[in-house]
Amino acid sequence: MTEITAQPAREPLLARINWVDVGPFIALGVLLLAGVLINPDFLSPTNITNVVTRSAFIAIIAVGATFVISSGGLDLSVGSMTAFVTGIMIMFMNAMVPAMGANSIIAGMALVLCVGALCGLFNGLIVTVGKIEPFIVTLGTMGIFRALITFMSDGGNIPLDRSLREPFRPVYYGNLLGIPIPILVSVVVALVGAFILYKTKFGRRCAAVGANEEVARFSGISVGRVRTLAFVIQGICVAIAAICYVPRLGAATPTTGSLWELQVITAVVIGGTALRGGKGRIWGTVAGAVILEMIANLMVLSNFISEYLVAAVQGVIIIIAMLVQRFSKQP
Amino acid sequence: MSKTKLLAAAALTTLLVAVPAFAQEKKTIAVSIPAATHGWTGGVVYHAQKAAEEIQAAFPNIEVIVKTSPSAEAQVSALEDLTAAGTLDALVILPFSSDELTGPVQSVSESGTFITVVDRGLTDPEIQDLYVAGDNIAVGSTTAKFLVDSLGGKGDVVVLRGIPTVIDDERIQGFQEGLEGSDINILDIQYANWNSDEAFSLMQDYLAKYPHIDAVWANDDDMLLGVLEAIEQSGRTEIKYALGGNGMKEIIEKVMAGDAMTPIETPYPPSMIKTAIYMTAAQFNGQAPVRGTVKLDAPLITQENAEEYYFPDSPF
Repeated sequence: MTEITAQPAREPLLARINWVDVGPFIALGVLLLAGVLINPDFLSPTNITNVVTRSAFIAIIAVGATFVISSGGLDLSVGSMTAFVTGIMIMFMNAMVPAMGANSIIAGMALVLCVGALCGLFNGLIVTVGKIEPFIVTLGTMGIFRALITFMSDGGNIPLDRSLREPFRPVYYGNLLGIPIPILVSVVVALVGAFILYKTKFGRRCAAVGANEEVARFSGISVGRVRTLAFVIQGICVAIAAICYVPRLGAATPTTGSLWELQVITAVVIGGTALRGGKGRIWGTVAGAVILEMIANLMVLSNFISEYLVAAVQGVIIIIAMLVQRFSKQP
Repeated sequence: MSKTKLLAAAALTTLLVAVPAFAQEKKTIAVSIPAATHGWTGGVVYHAQKAAEEIQAAFPNIEVIVKTSPSAEAQVSALEDLTAAGTLDALVILPFSSDELTGPVQSVSESGTFITVVDRGLTDPEIQDLYVAGDNIAVGSTTAKFLVDSLGGKGDVVVLRGIPTVIDDERIQGFQEGLEGSDINILDIQYANWNSDEAFSLMQDYLAKYPHIDAVWANDDDMLLGVLEAIEQSGRTEIKYALGGNGMKEIIEKVMAGDAMTPIETPYPPSMIKTAIYMTAAQFNGQAPVRGTVKLDAPLITQENAEEYYFPDSPF
């Protein structure tokens, strides 16, 4: 199936650069430049580390979303799912503390990965076996997961046991050789994601199914299986994000992950993956997540944007970024 | 466990309602509130259920039905269901939105039901017999006055506000008025949507932007939780106070423990629903006159009186 997107033979170097691939990184560069002009503190190591660390949740989930979207699906439930699996994880760890002590963190991580995968499988099976539009299915599960976390918390919050806060804290606040753990986790997730999407049979099938379902089916690909697996990968990514999220504030609330689904989809699209499916771009997605967080950060650091207009300016910047990419494609 | 108890209580109340009222002077109070979707409404549900249990135990002739609704439309339907089931002697309602609920509440009122409105007023105040609300302006101004006193009248503060609503506007207005005449300077005010994650990010950004901050005010305790984590992570030591508002139990616990950074709290208590239910019940039992408007103050909660505002079993 790789031959579908065969490269044109010989062209001058400039024309051979794939602008959709580098677009998000150019946007990131422009944003960095604009940031320094707006406020020199923007480039301070603390600020940059904070911003990139914060973008890790969206980046990790968006890597999963790249699979779902490139296979022609869509998952609106990721924000609620994050809240739900976070709640399950905290309640499980709290219950395990008397028996396992700090080891319950490890058990909680293992559990949340399973729960995440199952949530993804649930979405995937309804989409493929039930043959219902993913938009509608995940709109439904979005409500279900959100209601479940609200029910589990009685509308309040589910706090992590105090004895687990300190041992778990480094997973968000710690660093390895100066690089914060969440950044390392998202890089690893992106590396694994890129490997699966670009180097394995499954990855190429994902793109094929998303590009043209009929053609894929005639070439012997089990479309249902590929799509379901993409949702499972999404679920696992949500669980990984939850693992990094819990130690940050040590609680799950009914507002955890609210509207993350939109940020995730925006990150994927800014990254150059087409919403209608086809080729996925993992590294673009990661850049997209960083861009989103950076725009939010710049809104606060700049002194000239009214607090009432922040969301409008963010919207305009995102649309401009997309337009730039759109037009740089056709020289 | 408390959940099953609540469910059982709810089931029991429904059963009781289904049985026609045999005793003649049996009075029914219906309570219509938003479903628990965040901490504060979670608290409202908790306190409404508590009040219902307590009143039914104390006054066997009074029946309290608590009904939660997830949206304004659902609340309108709930009102229809409640009135269809029989005559309501009183309705205690925390309206989802003023505009949408005014008409339906008016028609309930026309059948002779005593109407108690809580927190959010209806567009026509003529409909209500009793109005119980907190004071959002005082939430802001009480906090501001504390800062003026404890910072010695000068300093730099940053503010995190919630979702653009009247509640949010009033708190900010109260805060700004409270600071008038002092040399305390508000460096920045931005929205963090009453969300602890957004507050965490915003506080990190404030810390990056301003090299010196004396105090932080998040106009809601959910946001304060995020703020405190961001301050701790930054290792900045010049910040003397990080204050919230609402009366979340985690923050009250800090006040009780004499926390240096969060030594006070201002309440906008979800337990005001309880005040409303008790007052409504009072007129049926003791013929105590209760018609009028009750505005609960937002007094300063300190280590000395924190106990009064602490509900360890409440979700909020």
